[in-house]
Amino acid sequence: MIPILPKASLALPEIILAVSAMALMMVGAFRRNDATRTCVWLGMAGLLLAFLALVVVTPMRQVTFHGQFVADYFAMFMKVLVLIGSALTLVMSLDYLKREGMARFEYPVLILFATLGMLMMVSANDLISLYIGLELQSLSLYVVAAFKRDEVRSTEAGLKYFVLGALSSGMLLYGASLVYGFAGTTNFDLLAKSFAGGASPSVGLIVGIVFVLAGLSFKVSAVPFHMWTPDVYEGAPTPVTAFFAVAPKIAAIALFTRAMTGPFGPLLAQWQQIVQFVSIASMLLGAFAAISQTNIKRLMAYSSIGHVGYALVGLAAGTQMGISGVLIYMATYLPMNLGAFACILAMKRDGKMVEEISDLAGLARTQPKVAYAMVIFLFSMVGLPPLAGFWGKVFVFLAAIDAGLIPLAVIGMLASVVGAYYYIRVIKVMLFDEPAKPFDRPSPEVAAVMGLSAVVTLFFFIACWPIFAAAQAAAKALQIG
Amino acid sequence: MGGFPILTVTTFLPLAGVVFILLQRGDDATVARVSRWAALWTSLATFLLSLFIWAGFDPSSAKFQFVEKVNWLQGFNINYYMGVDGISVFFVLLSTLLTPLCILASWEAVHARVREYMVAFLVLETLMVGTFCALDLVLFYIFFESVLIPMFLIIGVWGGPRRVYSAFKFFLYTLLGSVLMLLAILAIYREVGNADIPAAMAHGFSKGMQTWLWLAFFASFAVKVPMWPVHTWLPDAHVEAPTAGSVILAGVLLKMGGYGFLRFSLPMFPDATIYFTPLVYTLSIVAIIYTSLVALAQEDMKKLIAYSSVAHMGFVTLGTFTLTMQGIQGAIFQMLSHGVVSAALFLVVGVVYDRMHTREIARYGGLVERMPKYALVFMVFMLASVGLPGTSGFVGEFLVLVGSFQANTWVCFLAATGVILGAAYMLVLYRRVIFGTLVRADLKSILDMNMREIAVFAPLILLVFWMGVFPNSFLKPTEPAVAELIRKFNTQRTAAIVEMMPAAGATEARP
Repeated sequence: MIPILPKASLALPEIILAVSAMALMMVGAFRRNDATRTCVWLGMAGLLLAFLALVVVTPMRQVTFHGQFVADYFAMFMKVLVLIGSALTLVMSLDYLKREGMARFEYPVLILFATLGMLMMVSANDLISLYIGLELQSLSLYVVAAFKRDEVRSTEAGLKYFVLGALSSGMLLYGASLVYGFAGTTNFDLLAKSFAGGASPSVGLIVGIVFVLAGLSFKVSAVPFHMWTPDVYEGAPTPVTAFFAVAPKIAAIALFTRAMTGPFGPLLAQWQQIVQFVSIASMLLGAFAAISQTNIKRLMAYSSIGHVGYALVGLAAGTQMGISGVLIYMATYLPMNLGAFACILAMKRDGKMVEEISDLAGLARTQPKVAYAMVIFLFSMVGLPPLAGFWGKVFVFLAAIDAGLIPLAVIGMLASVVGAYYYIRVIKVMLFDEPAKPFDRPSPEVAAVMGLSAVVTLFFFIACWPIFAAAQAAAKALQIG
Repeated sequence: MGGFPILTVTTFLPLAGVVFILLQRGDDATVARVSRWAALWTSLATFLLSLFIWAGFDPSSAKFQFVEKVNWLQGFNINYYMGVDGISVFFVLLSTLLTPLCILASWEAVHARVREYMVAFLVLETLMVGTFCALDLVLFYIFFESVLIPMFLIIGVWGGPRRVYSAFKFFLYTLLGSVLMLLAILAIYREVGNADIPAAMAHGFSKGMQTWLWLAFFASFAVKVPMWPVHTWLPDAHVEAPTAGSVILAGVLLKMGGYGFLRFSLPMFPDATIYFTPLVYTLSIVAIIYTSLVALAQEDMKKLIAYSSVAHMGFVTLGTFTLTMQGIQGAIFQMLSHGVVSAALFLVVGVVYDRMHTREIARYGGLVERMPKYALVFMVFMLASVGLPGTSGFVGEFLVLVGSFQANTWVCFLAATGVILGAAYMLVLYRRVIFGTLVRADLKSILDMNMREIAVFAPLILLVFWMGVFPNSFLKPTEPAVAELIRKFNTQRTAAIVEMMPAAGATEARP
């Protein structure tokens, strides 16, 4: 007997976010643009409330909304990361919005809607709710990418993202329809049950899964669906780029992981090779293509492609250990990328943003704090111990070795050495070169996020085991195998 | 062994100095002065503390001592596990001894960004000591690999004209080796179920696995030692690094590779070690002869000493893989001796470099007329490097040659030619710099060593003679650990053979 009213309390964080986003829209509509600052802080409050609701509410695995929505420990882990990412990128953008004449109240509203979409993605338990979450997020992101609407680069980024994103959504939807056609259901639990028999899947189904994979690869910007990333990262306003690099990535990886291990979990043998290929290609391209970049935002775009490759190493393992590796990787990805983008947001000279790597020259002498914070983030991205990034790599590669994927592990490790080159090149510019003209003082919000991220990245090793234990518990919640 | 966690305190005491230095406020000159003194006192205190480790060390035991074990990553069997045995204890002392000397040596040579410089050295000291004390694979890797960060900065920020190239080369070479080792460590962790080094030593890996793990560790340690042909980063790094950077690089960082072979490759992978011994012999011999010849042709003093380091470390790898008591004891002793002597030689070069700002051999000559004290100090270390009996260099080389003679006569013969070549290039260097006539005008006003410089060299000279005349104070404590290493090596090895050929064993037993 299905109850008429679904148990809505499981989706309390999402409901809070939806309500606060709509309320903010009202506030903005009546108060006009002088309310931007208020809206940002109110948006922060909404995110904080959602965070509290999440921590208080999330129980054992429970399904609601007629099997469309799942709340479990895995979702909680990822949602915590997403909410932290969204909140901190939102607060970092305050100063930028004001300075660049972007102070319109829609910005926090859109960020909130995008975040809502991400939470939906993380909790999706059906191909339909997956798509709805994904589109809510994507549509909001298309708009914020073009938020600096008087600037050609920004509108170009928005348009490019929209066209390619629509294409990928189409692929995803096409794949989903094929899966539905051949399996007869869109629900993750039922899909998993229907595949669990061990009979070899039909060709149509495999084609469907490949299309779903392609659509998801686009969203996480994995090779060969990465082409939009550098252009969008470069063109979008810097706080938006920071936002893109953190929260949506985490949510998309979560969705990817849930979709592959949940409904398609029994078909591991079918998709493992594809994920391995995508992972290797992303790591290699991320490493090699970044070498010749001169724009720091493009560099970060390639770096994020590489990071997705590393996270997918854990998924390719297809084991519980691999999933906890992915979770730990994303948990370490969050502080180092947030921090790195805080540093990039601090790159302003005489009130104007600069984005070239050469602009960082000699930063260690003009602004040692920013420079050394950035050094910490970059070394962490290289994967040097004891910084946060090292632990992410350790756990994904441990899972790969455990699953017997030795070639993947070796190629990944070698790619990380190539990747190290471009990270230390930035460090070289900051520390070894003669100083250029100093930057302006970073705004207090940016400085705070930078400091916080640096502390987390640097001292991650001291108190990391609760995070590891939580990741293990979260991976267990997916019930693989 | 309860009570005071002396290894932890020794390891992390330098970080207290780091925090103190970072808290300093004020104008640059004040901060620089305070940083210098704070770094010196911290590192001296660390050295004194490490002397207590030596004093409390039981030289008759092969076990790990001063063991500390704290649960770190709960649920993952990765612990904060520290301890020293005869093999590692002197490397700890070497690190703590050289750091204050480095700080003293850079007292006047480093003007720019003194605060960061001192912080880098103190962090480096923590990481070096930690590397030699760690008894957990993950902990070891963290210390071992983190060393890259301060060393990269020391070369890159305070180095010479081609510092960027050298720093990158150093960083990428070393990283490439170590990431493969990380994979091997993860594989061991998965196989054994925890990351304890003693547990991994007792585990007994399958033969196929040993081969791959050995190669992965070899990739890392061979770069670090460095062995021919992956040694090319070393001359570049040495030439561009500031004097103190070269000292630490030659004195301690290279020893991490040699230590790694002794701590990991030999006890954990005995079959693979036997299998790859000819490879190591070949590379070591090539290193000894080829780099000695290359050293003969150098025009830059630091480069010459850098190549001599490669040659001397060739003796170390050779001795290690002879798998004899004398060979391994000699390798350890040679590492300690080289740690003191090559460090001192880089300091010797630093003395004239600080005055003349050139390291070109041809720019000097006849220094004995203006700098008699300097000439004397240089001579002591030059002869120690050559291996004159009575100095530390002799004992190490002699033991290695004895060990290799037992293992393979030809190898011993070829290695012995390296000793002759070593004498050749060092004597040529000494003659060209110190003797001859003083013709260059700018050398005529060069000043002899001051008190600070003498204070830097005095303990090193003392050590060179102590190690040369009374080597037992260093050989005795290492002996039980080395004997235990060889004993375990042979039992594991025999076990593997017996397991493989039960039939052969049965037939032998019959008559």
